[in-house]
Amino acid sequence: MNAENKTPLIEVKGLVKRFGNLVVLNGIDETIHKGEKVSIIGPSGSGKSTFLRCLNCLEDADGGSIFFGGEDIADRKVDINKHRRHMGMVFQQFNLFHNKTVLENIMLAPVHLRIKDAGGLFASRATKAAIREEAKKEAMQLLRRIGLEDKANAYPSTLSGGQKQRIAIVRALAMNPQVLLFDEPTSALDPEMVGEVLDLIKELADEGMTMVIVTHEMGFAREVSDRILFMDGGVIAESAPPAELFGNPQNPRTKEFLSKVL
Amino acid sequence: MEQASKKQGFWKNHWMDVLAILAVIALVILLAVSVYTRFNFAKKWGIFYNYFVTNRGYKDLLTGMKNTALISVLGLLIGIVIGTVIAIIKVIPPYKKVTRYAQKVCNVYVAFFRGTPIVVQLLVGYYILLPLIGLSLPPVTSCMLIFGLNSGAYISEIMRGGINSVDAGQLEAARAVGLSFPVSMLKIVVPQAIKNILPTLGNEFIALIKETAIVGYVGAMDITKAFQDQGSNSYEYMIPYLVMALLYIVIVAVIAGLVKLMERRLAKNERRK
Ligand SMILES: Nc1ncnc2c1ncn2[C@@H]1O[C@H](COP(=O)(O)OP(=O)(O)OP(=O)(O)O)[C@@H](O)[C@H]1O
Ligand SMILES: [Mg+2]
Repeated sequence: MNAENKTPLIEVKGLVKRFGNLVVLNGIDETIHKGEKVSIIGPSGSGKSTFLRCLNCLEDADGGSIFFGGEDIADRKVDINKHRRHMGMVFQQFNLFHNKTVLENIMLAPVHLRIKDAGGLFASRATKAAIREEAKKEAMQLLRRIGLEDKANAYPSTLSGGQKQRIAIVRALAMNPQVLLFDEPTSALDPEMVGEVLDLIKELADEGMTMVIVTHEMGFAREVSDRILFMDGGVIAESAPPAELFGNPQNPRTKEFLSKVL
Repeated sequence: MEQASKKQGFWKNHWMDVLAILAVIALVILLAVSVYTRFNFAKKWGIFYNYFVTNRGYKDLLTGMKNTALISVLGLLIGIVIGTVIAIIKVIPPYKKVTRYAQKVCNVYVAFFRGTPIVVQLLVGYYILLPLIGLSLPPVTSCMLIFGLNSGAYISEIMRGGINSVDAGQLEAARAVGLSFPVSMLKIVVPQAIKNILPTLGNEFIALIKETAIVGYVGAMDITKAFQDQGSNSYEYMIPYLVMALLYIVIVAVIAGLVKLMERRLAKNERRK
């Protein structure tokens, strides 16, 4: 990643999140740049998931701001749905829609949102059909890419964990997002399926997709990231390129954590 | 060999049940015979037959069955729509003032319809409220509406349970791809919720069919009213009322059977997952 032409994509300033009396995020300042791959590591309960979920407002911030697409999306008055289209999210538990086929899972949001843009209920039948056709073509292309086009009409319940997660990733891709957020994308997988999912994420990284990845896979984080954030106690305790953070950690808490997990 | 031992096992386990059933059958026959002779059954049957077949009895009953079906089916459908809307409103995160007011209104609605007898709702609705707002609907239509409003209150609670039974990740995933809260609910959460509560909705439908027996209060012809009329017009109540009870039992049994069947098929689907 070229240091000179960094353009900020997400700018987080003084982010605070509380659950009741528990302060989970205690003033986070962080900027994710276009094309950057950032991994977040840290002990359980340090607030990694919460931070990631705040980025697309699945959790509402209690303080601070998050600038994305020229607006402070931490402000509740902002139309968050408009911004979420540009931020794909991949969950630990896949969260494919149980009541939809694989193809429908991928097409649902593109079709619905494009029809809405074309006038919603007032859009002509031909327009709607064209949008559906287009979205279907794109979805099939994505399925071919991950070698699962024969599962297009299957329901998620019939798939393996690895297949589910790869479909969840292309579902996020179908919106052409500017950034992908991953929350422990391989933690719920059987060991033999971790590889296929990590390979897909790596492929996307190589294509230049901006990514924020919460992970316990240290080897993967080191390989794929431009930068690693170490979170502890609701703050980012250390932020550095993988070689530095793994090779020569500055913060004693980073050292302690790494000595336990490596 | 195995068959035989199974059979033996059956007798061993169930001889008391069989005995009990036989005893009940014997009792019923005894009762029937004594009723037949004491109440001059043959004459009563003649009166019933005469009114039912050669007079207008069967026509009333056909109308009555049609109306009972219409009121309970449409009542259920209206109830599902209202119940879904209320359930969704109740699970909106209450950030906005509008939401909190809407939730209060829903609470009052549910409390009202669950807290008063349906007969009272029917009487007040038909004779007072509907005329007051200038809606002079025929009795059957009014009944559909009032039963729909009533079952909406009950179904909203069932639906809320169904929505809560759907994994929270489903809503999050829908929101994360940019769908709004209502769209996410309607396209992803509610369909899964409905699947979870289908058997309960079946039971609600059965309850509704039985409750519609009071629509005669506002002059709607239903199954109950048809037999009541037959009784009072022919001065012979026993057979019409017995047939009426039997008819309700048969209808309820058939629908309960269908609900069971549906439950079993859903369970099978679940296992395939
Ligand atoms: N919805 C919630 N309500 C209350 N407390 C919560 C909620 N979500 C998270 N927490 C608490 O916030 C803290 C941070 O949680 P978070 O899930 O962000 O940690 P994490 O770093 O992702 O941990 P892990 O590695 O185990 O996933 C924890 O103490 C957790 O119990
Ligand atoms: Mg987590």
